[in-house]
Amino acid sequence: MLHTVNKSPTERNALESCLKHLKKGCAVLLIEDGVYGALKGTSSTKMVEQALKNHPIYALYPDIEARGMQDRVIDGIKLVDYSGFVDLAVEHPSVQAWL
Amino acid sequence: MTEATGGIEMEEGVGGKVKKFLYVNRKAPYGTIYALESLEVVLIAAAFDQDVSLAFLDDGVYQIVKGQHTKPIDVKNFSPAYRALEGYDIEKLFVEKESMEARGLKEEDFIVPVKVIGTQEMTDLMQSQDVILSF
Amino acid sequence: MKLGIMINEGPYTHQASDTAYLFAKAAIEKGHKIHRVFFYHDGVYNANRHAEPPQDDRNIVNRWQKLAKDHHVDLVVCVAAALRRGIKDENLQEGFRISGLGQLIETGIQSDRMVTFGD
Repeated sequence: MLHTVNKSPTERNALESCLKHLKKGCAVLLIEDGVYGALKGTSSTKMVEQALKNHPIYALYPDIEARGMQDRVIDGIKLVDYSGFVDLAVEHPSVQAWL
Repeated sequence: MTEATGGIEMEEGVGGKVKKFLYVNRKAPYGTIYALESLEVVLIAAAFDQDVSLAFLDDGVYQIVKGQHTKPIDVKNFSPAYRALEGYDIEKLFVEKESMEARGLKEEDFIVPVKVIGTQEMTDLMQSQDVILSF
Repeated sequence: MKLGIMINEGPYTHQASDTAYLFAKAAIEKGHKIHRVFFYHDGVYNANRHAEPPQDDRNIVNRWQKLAKDHHVDLVVCVAAALRRGIKDENLQEGFRISGLGQLIETGIQSDRMVTFGD
């Protein structure tokens, strides 16, 4: 399944909670303020890098760009646009939003 | 009932499909309206003969604690409504153990019978659903 | 594929409605069908036809209306949530309709995917 996270990991626990509930075949898409979870050198980077070993993590690039975070994304996080977001929703059998 | 269900005639409207619906509750009550309006959806969902489960994790576990007394804040106490769910055949209420314990709560602190499950089981539950609604 | 969308936040304060709109638009461009957009919680404010954003800003209410008109998207505002917040037929933008929560459940049943946007 696809999990979407739209909260900054330094404000709420949505990303942390989401990453604890992943199974084989799950992917995570960071959108809106959730893209702050895609950054290098933050207090949540290690947790995200750990999850990346087992699950693909995507970030919505328009949200990264809007926030000026283009050069700070963790290697291995895949960047998608809205069309890519649609593809991810279609490719996975269900979508869960971690609001 | 047709007004509450949006004018949908159960049998014709949904073509007899039964899907697994999971309602994910991760927010505490009263500070925001999400818990109440989520419960309102669940009560309507009961009319649709779908396979409904409720998950309480993170601060969502606070929604179902006993002893809520809301008169002083002049807001309706909706926690007794969780007890009514059983009458609608909604009996699959799951609480995540880690969330419960992190908040100093025990199974007997809840207003309704729940099944306490670990993160792994909660993950399996989420994974097995067709439709996941989070509020 | 048939996609269902739920929007739980009003326009402007949260990004939810913007993201949902851009997602819906991209899905339609790719040939998918948006079965319904269901507006819940403060999401019902997305249907307020009295909204008047500054000229240089996007008009969230109108662009939903246009998307619905151009691509036959069913925009449904939850009656219970709407009444609570003063959204009625009198101030409802054209292209939206007010109906019951059953429409949300039906969206979940009929759609191949249900995607939620909120806070």
